[in-house]
Amino acid sequence: MSNIFSLISDKEKQSTSSATETQEYFVNMGPQHPSTHGVLRLLLTLDGEIIRKVEPHIGYIHRSIEKMCEKDSYQQIVHLTDRMDYLSCHINNEAVCLAVEKGLQLEVPDRVKYIRTIISELTRLSSHQLWWGVMGMDLGAITTFLYGFRDREQIIDIFEETCGARLTMNYNVPGGVMFDIHPNFQKRTKDFLKYFKEKLPEYDELLTGNVIFTERTKDIGYLSKEDAISYGVTGPSGRASGFSCDVRKKDPYSAYDRVDFKEIIRTDCDSYGRYKVRIAEMYESLHIIEQLIDNIPEGDFKAKTKAVIKLPPGEYYQRVETARGELGVYIISDNKKSPYRVKFRSPGFSNLFALDTMAKGYKIADLVAMMSTLDLVIPDIDR
Amino acid sequence: MNFSIYDFTEFIRSIHFWLTGIFSPALADVIGLAIIGVCFLLFVTLLGLSLVYIERKVAAFFQQRLGPMRVGFWGTAQTVADIIKLIFKEPLVTKNSDKFLFNLAAFIVLIAPFMVIGAVPFAKGLHALDFDIGLFYITAVSSIGVTGILLAGWSSNNKYSLIGAMRSGAQIVSYELSVVLSLLTIVVLTGSLRLSEIIASQSDGWWIFKGNIPAIIAFIIFIVASTAESNRGPFDLAEAESELTAGFHTEYSGIRFAFFFLAEYVNFFIIAAVGATVFFGGWMPLHIGNIEFFNNAMDVIPPVIWFFGKVAALLFLIMWFKWTFPRLRIDQLLTLEWKYLLPISIVNILLMSLVALNGWHL
Repeated sequence: MSNIFSLISDKEKQSTSSATETQEYFVNMGPQHPSTHGVLRLLLTLDGEIIRKVEPHIGYIHRSIEKMCEKDSYQQIVHLTDRMDYLSCHINNEAVCLAVEKGLQLEVPDRVKYIRTIISELTRLSSHQLWWGVMGMDLGAITTFLYGFRDREQIIDIFEETCGARLTMNYNVPGGVMFDIHPNFQKRTKDFLKYFKEKLPEYDELLTGNVIFTERTKDIGYLSKEDAISYGVTGPSGRASGFSCDVRKKDPYSAYDRVDFKEIIRTDCDSYGRYKVRIAEMYESLHIIEQLIDNIPEGDFKAKTKAVIKLPPGEYYQRVETARGELGVYIISDNKKSPYRVKFRSPGFSNLFALDTMAKGYKIADLVAMMSTLDLVIPDIDR
Repeated sequence: MNFSIYDFTEFIRSIHFWLTGIFSPALADVIGLAIIGVCFLLFVTLLGLSLVYIERKVAAFFQQRLGPMRVGFWGTAQTVADIIKLIFKEPLVTKNSDKFLFNLAAFIVLIAPFMVIGAVPFAKGLHALDFDIGLFYITAVSSIGVTGILLAGWSSNNKYSLIGAMRSGAQIVSYELSVVLSLLTIVVLTGSLRLSEIIASQSDGWWIFKGNIPAIIAFIIFIVASTAESNRGPFDLAEAESELTAGFHTEYSGIRFAFFFLAEYVNFFIIAAVGATVFFGGWMPLHIGNIEFFNNAMDVIPPVIWFFGKVAALLFLIMWFKWTFPRLRIDQLLTLEWKYLLPISIVNILLMSLVALNGWHL
């Protein structure tokens, strides 16, 4: 008995000696957690509520899309990209199609360029709407989620009428689009523009102007321009750090060189800046669609391609601006009907790994806000 | 038995006489207490069920959807179905958790609202505990609940629960101060902590109208601080779904989870009831000074309806907060209390004393 007591007293001595010190501890955030929005696992090192280290562990939804591409024909690759960043599926499709068209040295009709641009911008809008809703929900304002979905539904309905699918559209094919646009497309899109122009100020009313919201996001999650560039943080997240990286401006594709729009750059470098960039981008997207929707030229909706596409041997790279940032598609061809190697440079992957730099010294609640403003889509990170 | 919806005093007294007529006085008292206990048990259960339903519907309408619609007419039986499901669900206990405390916590959380609800005056004469420190009793006993939350977080053997409980502890202890100070601001005017006297003092107008500017400041502080004290949004850091999955009750399932849920909603009701009693005259109809005909017209509406009407209005206000505002961060929450609400309430209570001394109130 005396032994046991001595043990206890030893333990007590140890605990009293370190009573004034706090101990760092680990928390597994994910793979099942409401605010990681998917199967992302973050290993947090915490000191009380303060974050000391964030270690993202990925791979829970890895489907080896890049390897699967090596077995598929070029037409089949397109639909795999839907499953990466499913919120900007059309833009992903477009990236592959543009890369293949580059390899074939195929000039697509103007009509295709216009349709692709309009649908890309609609996709970007729907992605940002969902992001806005989720951002509010992550900060505890659940109502925004439903408001975001309400408006997103209008766009999804247009997609459904155009190509029959609501989420993974698979509307692009190398050389053009799969079908011509629906006769109602222009009218419905214009109706949507009118509708959403009235609704967009509501977003600002509900979140942007809220004191709690600004307090929760301003000066939180600082990511300097240097860090953004060295981590390769692109898209709205990068532009909020003052890094001019809009592919639509830098390396115009489809019809982006024919429209007038601003690249939104802010120098806040914080969560609030990233939020404001996305809100401003929604206005820009509306502006782009407005310029194009009445001027869709007549013509073919698809350039003539062979049934079996074989790219000449060589390397082809195409980058596009998705709702999350720069998506790069790199194809190596050895003149067979499927590529030798495909590599996707996904925006989510690069953006995620800046999280550690951003989150150090902030609190758990801030981490959730930061992840929201990075707008992570986990299947895009893992592929 | 002379039952009147306007005054329950006679009715309650006749029940008492009837009981003493049948049983010995001691036994009659015991049976009387048992009847009151059963009444409150039923009331709390019904309250929990209806509040959950109302909250879901209100939330749904804020969010442009319909809410529960399938079970019963307009989904009215949805919460009943949920409770039945929770009763039959297996109560899981995590490995290496302190099982005794784990089970105890759920009960402690439920004890506090049960003890408080007896002191709430529902209508004239419908008031189980009316003693001279009524308001003090309510504020004191309602903080027992935090013990349960801390125990739940500690015994769950889960880091999220622990963080949630620690947050909750800091939050409830801090905001308690502002709640009490804002209530005391009105007590300065009434001169009594007895709830029936607080209500009687409002027979010529509610304190929110009579008490000049300090009363309005006190009411705003009360609403903010008591929302925080009950862990409701935008102060729901203790459960913070998007950060801590479910906070202190992450590991609870089945009927024990239902206890936490029920306690939360009963606390929610109690806050609105105390607010209505102290600032809006409880069951007292809206009276304006000595305007006889207006006062008589208002008296036609039974006090019970006045009471529940006021409570419903306050409940709606607090629900409105929850479904509109984002959540605060823990340091912001504590800053709000210690740097803003507490100093303001201390100044406010001095201001109210000045008002009371000079007779600036009505």
